[in-house]
Amino acid sequence: MDITITFTVNGKAATVTTDPQRPLLDILREDLQLTGTKYGCGEGFCGVCTVLMDGKRTLACITPAKDADKKAIVTIEGLADGDKLHPVQEAFLAEGAMQCGYCTPGMILTTVALLREHPQPTEAEILNWMDGNICRCNNYPNILNAVRRAVREARR
Amino acid sequence: MTTTRTEKPERGTKNAERGKPNEKQANLSSVASVSCFAESVTQRPVPETGNEMDRRGFIQLLGAGILVTVFEGIADAQRSSRSGGGSGGGRGRNVSARIHIGEDGVITVMTGKIEMGQGARAELTQSAAEELHVPPDSIRMVMGDTHLCPDDGTTAGSRTTPSTVPAVRQAAAAARMLLIGLACKQWGVAENSVEVRDGVITHPPSNRTVTFAELAKSGAAAKALDQPAPPGVSVTPVKEWKVMGTSYARPNRRDLVTGAHKFPSDLILPNMLHGKVLRPPSYGAKLLSIDLEPAKAMKDVVVLREGDFVGVAAPTTFQATQALKAIAETAKWESAPHPSSTEVYDYLRQRVRSKRDLENPFANEMGKAAKVLKQTYRTAYIQHAPAETRTALAEWKDGHLTVWTCTQAPFGYHSELGRAFQLPSERVRVIVPDFGCGFGGKHTAESAIEAARLARAAGRPVSVKWTREEEFTWAYFRPAAVIEIEAGLDEKGQIAVWHFININSGAAAVQTPYRIAHNNCRYVPSDTPLRQGSYRTLAATANNFARECMMDELAAAAGADPLDFRLAHLDNDRIRAVLEEAARQFDWRGRRKQKRAPGTGIGLACGTEKASVVAACVEISVDEAKNEIVVKKVTEVFEAGTVVNPENLRKQVIGCILMGLGGALREEMIFEGGKMLNASFGKYLVPRFKDVPELDIHLRNWPGMEPVGGGETPIIAIAPAIANAVFDATGRRIRQMPIKLSAAKPGQTT
Ligand code: FES
Ligand code: FES
Repeated sequence: MDITITFTVNGKAATVTTDPQRPLLDILREDLQLTGTKYGCGEGFCGVCTVLMDGKRTLACITPAKDADKKAIVTIEGLADGDKLHPVQEAFLAEGAMQCGYCTPGMILTTVALLREHPQPTEAEILNWMDGNICRCNNYPNILNAVRRAVREARR
Repeated sequence: MTTTRTEKPERGTKNAERGKPNEKQANLSSVASVSCFAESVTQRPVPETGNEMDRRGFIQLLGAGILVTVFEGIADAQRSSRSGGGSGGGRGRNVSARIHIGEDGVITVMTGKIEMGQGARAELTQSAAEELHVPPDSIRMVMGDTHLCPDDGTTAGSRTTPSTVPAVRQAAAAARMLLIGLACKQWGVAENSVEVRDGVITHPPSNRTVTFAELAKSGAAAKALDQPAPPGVSVTPVKEWKVMGTSYARPNRRDLVTGAHKFPSDLILPNMLHGKVLRPPSYGAKLLSIDLEPAKAMKDVVVLREGDFVGVAAPTTFQATQALKAIAETAKWESAPHPSSTEVYDYLRQRVRSKRDLENPFANEMGKAAKVLKQTYRTAYIQHAPAETRTALAEWKDGHLTVWTCTQAPFGYHSELGRAFQLPSERVRVIVPDFGCGFGGKHTAESAIEAARLARAAGRPVSVKWTREEEFTWAYFRPAAVIEIEAGLDEKGQIAVWHFININSGAAAVQTPYRIAHNNCRYVPSDTPLRQGSYRTLAATANNFARECMMDELAAAAGADPLDFRLAHLDNDRIRAVLEEAARQFDWRGRRKQKRAPGTGIGLACGTEKASVVAACVEISVDEAKNEIVVKKVTEVFEAGTVVNPENLRKQVIGCILMGLGGALREEMIFEGGKMLNASFGKYLVPRFKDVPELDIHLRNWPGMEPVGGGETPIIAIAPAIANAVFDATGRRIRQMPIKLSAAKPGQTT
């Protein structure tokens, strides 16, 4: 039986009637046409589907619709303020932290969540936190530099 | 294609001679002609005129302006022959529309190459900007659209840099000369009295200027219609490069951090359905029966069976998945025998096409050797695991098929689709938006054909996106290899005889770069039980692994240092230079003299493939209790001629090293009874942040040499360097990829 959930996505209210088990990832991509959030594995192993749910890092591919009810979701499309990029987006651009860019939205949102939970992370905390996200281009060194830059910027 | 370089004309050279062909250049260079569109732009839909879109088509799409067509006969033939059967070329098309200069100042450059993270978009933009003398940001690069772009062959084999960069440079240089010609004719001045900068032609003596955009709409351009451009145009010499040779960043990078870029899997058309395809439960299983009714009974679901093909399409992926599950449960299959991943090496060995090819023609010489070593190396089947799984969106309209997809072979897909649906070439269009990774894994059109089948049945656009499990199971694999080497040393400790057989995985880098008097290297095909295909450097990884491990074993047998032993057999100056620099940067000799801490070791390897050269030194530690090898430091030196984009090349080198760590240490498909047992990122462990060792990367720029591709070869040195370091640490030789400590027992030294 379908259920109706109401939640906000990037600050806008949304109501969706759907199967309670349907992944939040599909709702974002197919119903709301917010395709910045990607599919990589559907099993929680790669992090390309990362969004923020009530400010917390969340893997949209393993989040069933029912769990998103009454929540506030932020996707990559909701990070910039108009033309002004979020500092983490700026850090990724400045460090050239993308090759194909498919993992980039997930990496950026994972970094945003890191800064919320550990505003001054150690190197080990950065590695532990980011390790759930796969970059198949193996651009890890540039991405790490972007995370470090974002940490430095946030400290200012 | 050879890029021709001419210096500035000698003082006193007549104007008219500038840009004239010399005998040698003429047959290699591009001949351009120009036509002008004086009509105003209309916003009508693109006419379906086939992949050789006519001029009217271009103007409708790109706006009014000048379309520069380029004769690329020689370049084309060369590309086709070099990139082999998978080139997707061979259309015999030798006039290509390459460059459009719009009246609005926008310069459009067209290429059949695609962007998947390897950096072709930036590199080709730089190439065009360099020769047109315009800022790179003023260029719009249209890639991988079979309607608009010339067939530049499959984006594979590291061919973009040596083939397409010269083609684009030639076209851009020809276009610049055409524009200069137009301006000079208007002004009645000599061609060498003008300067071109940022898309503006200036005649300093008279202070006159004209922009490319103004020329594009001038009456003079109209008169120049179809007038041949000066052939044999010279391209900018390396020492005068302003844009090439710099770390120009990917032009559409901003869209990647905002989520605005539409990858093929992100595309949505009105009325679109999501498709799913029924897969066999195991390799080779045959469908006996299936009941489609459970899916047909579902609302809004389209079900299709055509022979063995069974698929569904529904308004959401979730519904499509449920519908597929419902019918899959009713399916009866007949399974087929299939070797397991542990049996597969014997399986391949037994099924070689020609047993005679395994024989050593130098058996006599081998008999005379002072010392003979004989070893077998194995490499596993692995997957590319691209970030974005195979995906395609197909739409049928009035008998025309358009497919948006991720592929390295847009023109190959175009032909495959034409064959699959019996369509003439002009009724198929393949469009490839920048997508998420290929690594040689996206050359075959299965997802495109699946989407097109379902779209035809549904009468609506259908998008098919493979799941990760499908990608791991049904995409083709990097072939497994069994490599047998027999080598004989003479009394002086030099290799006298070398017999090297690669079974099943391929001929890339099968030849040894070392000087050996009696040398027999051969690839022997076998009967693969899995679908196999290309992968970053194809078989070069396996061949270089086996060879460089054996070189270490021979060095040990000869009582020589691995570095000295290699140098003693190397005549190639580029390999020597790269190897010696890697050793120097790593302090190989210093470290060899020191005693290594228990459980740690160092190793090195070098190699050459696709005209580029690599050497790596690594430091590792082993944890016997955890059965684990940790790579602590990698020093790698890479040389690919003149560097077109240093930052992009550095990323490619690092990407190769880290991707190579996966295949070196962990990645292998495990299968039994035709089923993949680790078709998931949870079980098939690709490299992650924590696997990244200390990296010390050195790019050698070789300015005297044409640029060659760099996105593949840097992967071939890492695995053998690690295996050799494991020997240094433990005294054990591990002759397989992935390199697992458990493959040789402690104390086992042979
Ligand atoms: S798609 Fe969600 S973790 Fe991989
Ligand atoms: S940039 Fe391609 S997957 Fe990370």
